[in-house]
Amino acid sequence: MSNNALSAILAESAEPRLATPGMNMATIIFLIITVAGLSCGVLAFIFGHHNIYNNTREMPWGMLISTYAFWAITSTGLCIYAAMSHIFGGTRMGIISNRMVWMSIICIMGAFATIGVEIASPHRMLIYNIISPNPTSNIWWMGTLYGLAVGCMIVEFFGIVTGLAKIALIMGVFGAIAEVLANSCLGGVFATLPARPYWYGAQLPIYFLTSAFLSGAAAAVLFNFLAYKIRGEKMSKAVHLGVKSAGKAMTLVLVLYAVATFWRLISFYVGGSELGRLAADTLISGRLSTNFWLMEVCVGMIIPILLIILSRLENVAMMALAGFLILVGQFVARFDLVAAGQNVPQFLGWDNLPTSFSYVPSIFEFGVIAGSIGVVGFGFLIGERMFGKTFTQKEHH
Amino acid sequence: MNIEDLERENNEGIATLPLQERRKFLKMGLAVSGVFLGGSVLSLTSAVHAADQIAPEVDIPTDGQYPYPKHYGMVMRQNRCVGCEKCVEGCKQTNHVPDDHGAYRTAIQSRVTIEDGAEKREFRPVLCNQCNRPPCVRVCPTKATYKDPATGIVVMDYDKCIGCKTCMAACPYNARYFNEEKYAIDKCNFCIDTRLAAGEKETACAAVCPARVRIFGDLKDKTSEIYRLLHTPDTKIWVLRPDTGALPNVFYMNG
Repeated sequence: MSNNALSAILAESAEPRLATPGMNMATIIFLIITVAGLSCGVLAFIFGHHNIYNNTREMPWGMLISTYAFWAITSTGLCIYAAMSHIFGGTRMGIISNRMVWMSIICIMGAFATIGVEIASPHRMLIYNIISPNPTSNIWWMGTLYGLAVGCMIVEFFGIVTGLAKIALIMGVFGAIAEVLANSCLGGVFATLPARPYWYGAQLPIYFLTSAFLSGAAAAVLFNFLAYKIRGEKMSKAVHLGVKSAGKAMTLVLVLYAVATFWRLISFYVGGSELGRLAADTLISGRLSTNFWLMEVCVGMIIPILLIILSRLENVAMMALAGFLILVGQFVARFDLVAAGQNVPQFLGWDNLPTSFSYVPSIFEFGVIAGSIGVVGFGFLIGERMFGKTFTQKEHH
Repeated sequence: MNIEDLERENNEGIATLPLQERRKFLKMGLAVSGVFLGGSVLSLTSAVHAADQIAPEVDIPTDGQYPYPKHYGMVMRQNRCVGCEKCVEGCKQTNHVPDDHGAYRTAIQSRVTIEDGAEKREFRPVLCNQCNRPPCVRVCPTKATYKDPATGIVVMDYDKCIGCKTCMAACPYNARYFNEEKYAIDKCNFCIDTRLAAGEKETACAAVCPARVRIFGDLKDKTSEIYRLLHTPDTKIWVLRPDTGALPNVFYMNG
């Protein structure tokens, strides 16, 4: 493909209407947040991860891991819905699926940006993940599969933009399979650690996949709403129906997720490990209880359900607000899961250890989180600016 | 009850049991085995066979179960420990363990319990348990931590460590720490590089312990003290967090 042809295709997919001063300003602000936020992470390589982040020997994982999981899980959800629409049709989400593929790529970039500054020696990872792989390691599979997925999705997106429908379809299928497997391995990272009873168990990988379906649908509703908001345009009937489908999926999975959360917590109170019960206690009545009851349950579940009912799945703005709140709840839920799994001392009863360790993320950790939000915000706006027409036109397939 | 004790007991038979007990017993046999009178129940079988049916408290490898040419382990005679922490100091000096950010390879835990109305202070030494099924080794993405094929000791290849800290999350014993000097995760390795490689027979912590709490050695070597201690009849032996299935090679006893 010549440069001229590529330029022509890119010109065709771009949305020059969005090159307004306001949009440019918003894009630059997100870029500044990205650079400033991720600079906090870069400082870790200068001053030492152990000096910059508030992780300890007892709680080695913190908010950066949970945020990585949040973005990765959201990416998986977006990718699955897009692939299902592309492969099987039958859902009205087909018309918004190109945007979902792009946002899936962007969300995984947000995840990579976070984990990239969390890992102490990523340069060693690039080498030894390849020349010294450990097939029993969930982390190895997760990293490899997410890497594979993003590669497939980038080719898929190239196919979508250039009209190479067959390539887009095939790579979309491979990308979605890789994303689901990667998400499953991400759940497995936690689920296969008997040392941490709050994580250990067969439910967790399914719980992660359920979260992916929830976050993916919520993100689909939110980003489509925003896309039309920044254009100052009303959605076409078909797009409206697509968003409505995503809203339906969001509602259904929110119910499933709430049920799974309920039984997951109940299971710790009917027997099993004392460490698991104490970890659940930190959510129900301990140091994470405000997070849990206010952010996970009220903001992340109850208010969105009420908003969805009030919207009757017609009012997109209300559904988008519900989607946003679900994403906020999911973000906090990931944090609570990571923290609760580690904050009960393994040798409780000795050394006057507290029943739960305190972990408050450092200002640098918050900086990195802001940076990852910057990546996703910047990616969203750039996508709308450069590929806006691809997102709004009828499907290629 | 210990197996040897059980073997010395006379079998009372069932003649002296009340009828109701016999019925209950038969029902239980039926329920357990699913075959009327077909199941063997502990009190009626010889003690030798019964050994198979008692879930052992601790997995101590027996002949033919050692996967390594040498199989190093440690016994902690817990009630001997007075909490002097000479072991902690000896380890730090021998293995150049940094002094901050929670870095230590071995530690002494303590707690106060009430026994017969009086306060009793207990000490417990802890270190890497060099597990037979080490969760840290399984989860490491780059094989930066692995079982040394010659000794069964869980060791680190620092150059391969990416610092993902999954091994720290996976360890049931809080035995791993971030070594800021090596910029990698570090842990106790039974002084494999600092002492065993130089021909020493003991780890630094075991060598400096004034109360001989720590007995280090080859679990396979029938002439070793650790073998003798682990195979002494009537000795109660326990391990930490057996529920995790990690099969540790650090055993605790009093004596």
